[in-house]
Amino acid sequence: MNETVLDVRDLEAGYEPGVPIVRGASITVGKGEIVVVLGPNGAGKSSLIKAIAGLVPITGGTAFLDGKDITAAPAHTMVRLGLAFVPQTENIFPLMSVEDNLKVACGILERREIPGRIEEMYAAFPDLVRQRRTTAGNLSGGQRQMLAVARALIVHPKVLVLDEPSAGLSPKFVSMVFEMLAGIRKSGVTILLVEQNAKAALAIGDRAYVLVEGKDRHEGVASELWNDPVVAELYLGQRPSHASKGGAA
Amino acid sequence: MSLQFVVDGLLTGSMIGLGAIGVTLTYSILRFSNFAHGDFMAWGTYATLAVVSAIGATFGKVAPIAPLSFGWPLLVALVVGMAFTAVLALLLDKVLFSRLRSQGQAIIVVMASFGASMALRSLLEFTFSSRPTYFSRAIQIAMPVGFGIRITPDQITLLLLTAVLVLGVHLLMTRTQTGRSMQALSQNAALARIVGIDVASVVRVTWVIGGALACVAGVMIGILVQIRPFMGFDMLLPMFAAAILGGIGSIPGAVLGGLIIGLAEAGAVQLIGAEWRAAVSFIILMAVLFVRPIGLFGVRER
Repeated sequence: MNETVLDVRDLEAGYEPGVPIVRGASITVGKGEIVVVLGPNGAGKSSLIKAIAGLVPITGGTAFLDGKDITAAPAHTMVRLGLAFVPQTENIFPLMSVEDNLKVACGILERREIPGRIEEMYAAFPDLVRQRRTTAGNLSGGQRQMLAVARALIVHPKVLVLDEPSAGLSPKFVSMVFEMLAGIRKSGVTILLVEQNAKAALAIGDRAYVLVEGKDRHEGVASELWNDPVVAELYLGQRPSHASKGGAA
Repeated sequence: MSLQFVVDGLLTGSMIGLGAIGVTLTYSILRFSNFAHGDFMAWGTYATLAVVSAIGATFGKVAPIAPLSFGWPLLVALVVGMAFTAVLALLLDKVLFSRLRSQGQAIIVVMASFGASMALRSLLEFTFSSRPTYFSRAIQIAMPVGFGIRITPDQITLLLLTAVLVLGVHLLMTRTQTGRSMQALSQNAALARIVGIDVASVVRVTWVIGGALACVAGVMIGILVQIRPFMGFDMLLPMFAAAILGGIGSIPGAVLGGLIIGLAEAGAVQLIGAEWRAAVSFIILMAVLFVRPIGLFGVRER
């Protein structure tokens, strides 16, 4: 692993004081890597990355992005610090056009840079070009996910953080989303990904963590984890689910 | 039936519409019904009146800009009044609404706005008395413009001013980053923060726009009707009816809603009598809530 982009140590976080959901999780993400966080339902995977993104109160531990302490940074400063987050659901503005969805995320860019940057996103996601005037709420599930990812990428993030990008999508779109992520990594973007769909995520990931009860319990090379007996044991009693039903609305 | 009600209706509708913009923005972005909005109108009007008087005391009597009933002092005072009302709205948010909002219960904020409304209104009565007052007591001659319609130069000017302000706010909302941020916040507050929008600054812009437009609406009432501490409170029902008729969050909707209610009120006065005027907003409000609760330009909640 080369230089570390995201360094999370002993993170504790939860919505209510005294009830931590994340209980001392530590993960690192190296530059250019795809790191996957796996774990059984309710392990605190989503809460972990939401805490990193400033959306769940952090009660202990630290998070550093590119050497900067982002532990206490408010959510709206994250894009400026270099972290772009794609939530699992409701990750677009449904009443705005596709183009306005992209524009509204450009707050930290120079004004003259914005049109070019939007064209670059259209070039990377050709499906969106034809829909640029469409109200985003009318897009298909897969296109919504593309728009959400394009919106996150438009600000040149140092790390792209995604919460279950395949949740609620039909199988056709699931493979499309993972191909898209593999393509994004090739362009040099670092990715941290939480997924229920372990097999597909491990296929594109470099390294993976298994989170159980809010703590990282195992770490390994992504391609080896699928057959790792320890992983099976950590998941024991709860089948590794391949698609969460009714995730995205 | 004379067509004069069209002019009367459009004028009343402009005042309602300008006020309804603030109501609809507060409702969609801050997610509460601000019952103190009418009192922002009244405070803005009294502030403008105070500045007009101060200018009169300093510069002596200033001749009005012919053929209007008012001169440059009122225009200067209006700008000062708009700034004053914006600051008043920001201040009230800081000391009252923002604290309650962070506790997350909308109904408490609504009740607080009701209390603030009473307090603001009583302060006005206490300071200026409840006796009506006027920007100018000069009588303007209404010009006949055909079809039995008469209109004064003041009325034409104020209709144009409304059109310019509404167009300006509409362009701000749809063409600028600030406007897009406001839309974003009204559609999904969590996602707005994720894409880097500073919620606190958008909230401030919302209060500034709402407050400034409330002041303009109030001054219009002051010029065309009279200035009273209750002038804004009396506008509350039509303003909310307009905002809901137009569809919460929609600027063109709020203005169109205002015009429809203004025209309906003016028409009702002619057809069934002036005592029914106030009932019109109520009937329209109920009808919208029964038939199409999302309003004309509203969009169904996800």
